[in-house]
Formats: sequence, C-alpha cells, structure tokens
Amino acid sequence: MSAKSAWDCLQIIRNKNRPTVENYIPLIFDEFYELHGDRHFGDDHAIKGGIASFEGKPVTVLAQVKGRNLNENKNTNFAMPHPEGYRKAMRLALQAEKFKRPIICFIDTPGAFCGIDAEKRGQGEAIAQSLFLFSKLKTPVISVILGEGGSGGALALAVCDRLAMLENAVYSVISPRGAASILWKDAAKEKDAAEVLKITAPDCKSFGIIENIISEPIGGAHNSPTDTAENIKAYISNSIRDVTKLNTEELLKARYHKFRKIGVYGE
Amino acid sequence: MALENLFGLVKERWKPTSSETTKEENTEAVKGTAAEITDAPLAAAEAAATSGGTAVPFKCPRCMQTTPADAFSQNLWVCPSCNFHSRISALDRLRIFVDKGTFSEFDKTMTSLNPIEFPGYDEKTAALRAKTGISDAILTGTASIHNIPFVIGVMDSNFLMASMGSVVGEKITRAFEYAEENGLPMVLFSASGGARMQEGIISLMQMAKTSAAAARYSEAGGLFISILTDPTTGGVEASFASLGDIIIAEPKVLIGFAGRRVIEGTIKQHLPEDFQSAEFQLEHGFVDMIVERKAMRKTLRHILRLHGFGGVKNVG
Ligand SMILES: [Zn+2]
Repeated sequence: MSAKSAWDCLQIIRNKNRPTVENYIPLIFDEFYELHGDRHFGDDHAIKGGIASFEGKPVTVLAQVKGRNLNENKNTNFAMPHPEGYRKAMRLALQAEKFKRPIICFIDTPGAFCGIDAEKRGQGEAIAQSLFLFSKLKTPVISVILGEGGSGGALALAVCDRLAMLENAVYSVISPRGAASILWKDAAKEKDAAEVLKITAPDCKSFGIIENIISEPIGGAHNSPTDTAENIKAYISNSIRDVTKLNTEELLKARYHKFRKIGVYGE
Repeated sequence: MALENLFGLVKERWKPTSSETTKEENTEAVKGTAAEITDAPLAAAEAAATSGGTAVPFKCPRCMQTTPADAFSQNLWVCPSCNFHSRISALDRLRIFVDKGTFSEFDKTMTSLNPIEFPGYDEKTAALRAKTGISDAILTGTASIHNIPFVIGVMDSNFLMASMGSVVGEKITRAFEYAEENGLPMVLFSASGGARMQEGIISLMQMAKTSAAAARYSEAGGLFISILTDPTTGGVEASFASLGDIIIAEPKVLIGFAGRRVIEGTIKQHLPEDFQSAEFQLEHGFVDMIVERKAMRKTLRHILRLHGFGGVKNVG
C-alpha cells in the first residue's frame, strides 16, 4: 500500500464503478434474507438489514447502500439514512443480541440525511440512541467502512469491537466540502480541506480509530470486486474469531475502552 | 479531582434521606473548595461581566427588539419581549443555578492539544482561554441546589461555539464516571455547534465515547437530566444531549441535528421560523418539558427529590 493523498482516495471512491455493498453481499454471505422496516414509521432503503450465513454461521448484516446509478441512488437516497433507517438497524441489532449472532456493519454514507422530515422524526435522537445501544450490545459487532464514512451518520454503525477501512475509504467528522465552506467560505477548496482533515485509512489507523486496513486491488476496488470481497471476508472471519474468544463481560469492557481511550488533551 | 467533604457522604444518597432542608431558596450551603463561584444564585447583575460583556444593549435575534444591558441581565439574559432564552457563559449559568460556593471544578487545567495539526487551532484555543477565563468549552464538577449534591456539566458557547473535541468529550466522560462511582445524579447543560472540526476524526469519536459513558451510567441506575440551551445541535444533539432520562429545554432555543442553512440548501426553500425550536422539539416528542431559566432551580430540585435525592417528602 503506497501512501495516497486524501484527494486520490476521494477520486477512487467516487468512481462510478466502485462496488457497493450490493456487490459484496452475494460474494461474502450465503442465504441473505433482507428484513425490512423499523416497525414504527417505515422502511428506509438507505440502510439495508438482514440475516445471512457467514462461513456456515448465522450473522446479522446492517449496511448503508450507495446506488450504482441514478435510479438506485433515488431509491437509497444516496445512502443518506433517515431516522427510521437507524431505528431499523437498532431493531435488528437487538434481534441479533437475542439470537446471539454477530453483527456485520458496512458503512458507506456521505452522512445522515439533512432535511425537514429527518428533523421532525429526530435524526439526532436516532443517532444518539444508536451510539447508546451499540456501546452496550451483548453481541460482537464488526464494522467495515467501504467508501465514505461521513460523520455521525457513519458512526451510528461504527460503535463496534473491530473497525476496518478499505484501503481507499475515508472517515471524517465533516465532508471536505463542508469544511471548505466553513474554513474558507469556498466549497471548491475541498481538495485542500480533505488533506487538512486527515481522513484516510492510514491516518485513522495512526490515530487509533481503526484496527485494520483492508487492501484493494491496484487502482481501487472496482478493478476486482471479487478480490476485494475476499479481503473483506478474511477480515470478518479473523475478527469474529478474535472477538468470540471473549466472554460477554470482557467484550463489553474492551468495547468501552476502545472508545474511552480516544482523545488528545493536556493536563 | 479534589473534592470537598460534602461529597464523601453521597455514596449513600442513592437512597432518600429525610433530613434535607426544603427551603425554597438557597440557605447557607456547605462551602466548596472552589472559590470562584461566590455570587449568590440568581444574583444576575453581578454576573453581567461575562455574559453581558460591556453595557451594549441586547438585540434579540428572534424578535429583533432591543433591551438595555442592565434590564437584560436582571432578566437573566432572557428577552423580555419574546422570552427567547439567550446564551450565557458557563460561569454565569453556575452563578444563577447552583448553591453559592458549592461548585467544585473537575479537570480545571485540561486543555486542547492539536491532534491533527490543524492550522491555527493552537493559537485559537489559547486566545479563547485568555478571553473567556475557562480552559475549554465545558465546565464540569460537583455542586448542589438546596443542598442536594450532583455532578454538573455546563457548556459555554463563547468557546468555539462549544464544539466538542477531546477535552469536552473527556470531561463529560469523567463526569459520568464520577457520578456513577459516587451515586450522584448528573445534570448537563448542553449548548454546542456540534463536533469540533479542528480535531478531525478524533472529535467524532467523542460522540461515541460520551454516549457509551451515558449508557454505562444508565445501566448502573444513574439519573441523567439533560438540559438543552441555545444552541444544541449537530454531534452533541446526536449524542449525550439526547440521552437524558429527562430532557428539558429552555424556551425558544435552537435544537436540531442539521444546520438550518444546510437544509435550506438541500430543499431550496426557506424554513419556517420555529423550525428546530424548543417548542418544535416538544411538539415532535423529543423533549420532556420546556422550563424557564428563572424556574430551573425549583424544577431541578423537585425532579431530584422525586428520584429520591434530598428526601422525597415535602415536594412542593
Ligand atoms: Zn426577543
């Protein structure tokens, strides 16, 4: 892996042929059954949930779904979830806890949707409740950032025991565009903002935010979705093996400390 | 964390006690070690130096009416025309809210570093420390109202719009942990523009860290009262601030996830005036009650007593 700039990574993950979770699910899991709805309001297509078999064992899958064309993106709202998407994820997470199966999360979102209805239905509350629930969920959670890890909307599926990023994925508190408009009142300076924010996988690993970087084929995942899926599969397999060595108490303690220790300050 | 004797007693305070005073206003409360909060509660005029600043009249951003500085601070920095509860400094909030002399600060010297080497961040935080007299965007510690002790956090929008970086995240987490260890209730006055961009991804993680601390505290049976003040938005609204057992908002304040301009940019139209107001959030089911600043002490005392702190008898 050579050190790419954040801007290089953004170009690769914005490639229109970049595989999405829709490509990966059939390559990684068997017998995937999608489970719909939050049981309160509706079914948000930006977050897909379901149950599947991973290497012969049952798992719950939660995934943010980017579209591969305009129609798919209309359907999935460009992977920007509404509150009911997070509430569906929480419902299925509790179900996974009940049936003692690990949860595999795939993150790929510019962020939670910003709109009137999202506010009316409590976007902030839905994300807060996700962070609250996942921090104490009594079953292993393994997460992977496939492309864009956009702010709180991504974090809602990243409170986990093991977090990895694909080699060219980014994880950021604010979109480079958003940062550029705040910093320099000029969204066009997003390239500069991307570098300043330190959003690449090696950056995040150096800050102790993620445990693993998953290799992509030369040039990016689009050059071989199958090889990328194999790498993701190996990571999930190793991670499940690691975390299932812990009993529930140890698992929750380790998860708490994984986040507890993040912070840089002087005293 | 240096703490006074009062708080050595409080491990027993999960259970109601019957010997608490029920006086409406502050009695001579147990003296704290922190001497900086010496003004009587509700002594608003004396506190004008930090929130009111100079004698500049207040022009209300909601109703556009102008109020003379004195009248404004006498009214606890609430607009007399429309009841908008304006922003106040953390020190003023403590002065008008907690028993005189009882605030004992945690982590007084904790300051931001510059983890992602963000240009200009060190200079900015240094200047704000000098200007505001506080070390970062939140004060945490122990305090009491009507002799009922609790852990308190107060965010201060004068410090980088009270954005949450490592210091805010760590202080809140430690406050929850202290409250849990000592069987104390937690009262948190939130105000924030969201996560602190200048600390990059590390600031985002503070949302997870504080929410996990709130979850642990909740699992242990702790009472968390979250009070939303102007503005409570972004990554703070989307983490601990929305996780209170009881969520209270001040009248007319801004509460929401996404910025108004971001939403207007998406939908290409103007949003109604009351969008994301405290009243909007009450209507949509996201806050329990709206409480005026002048009634906050009394309300808190009653809620604490109803949860067995300070004795449950004689509520009223
Ligand atoms: Zn007004």
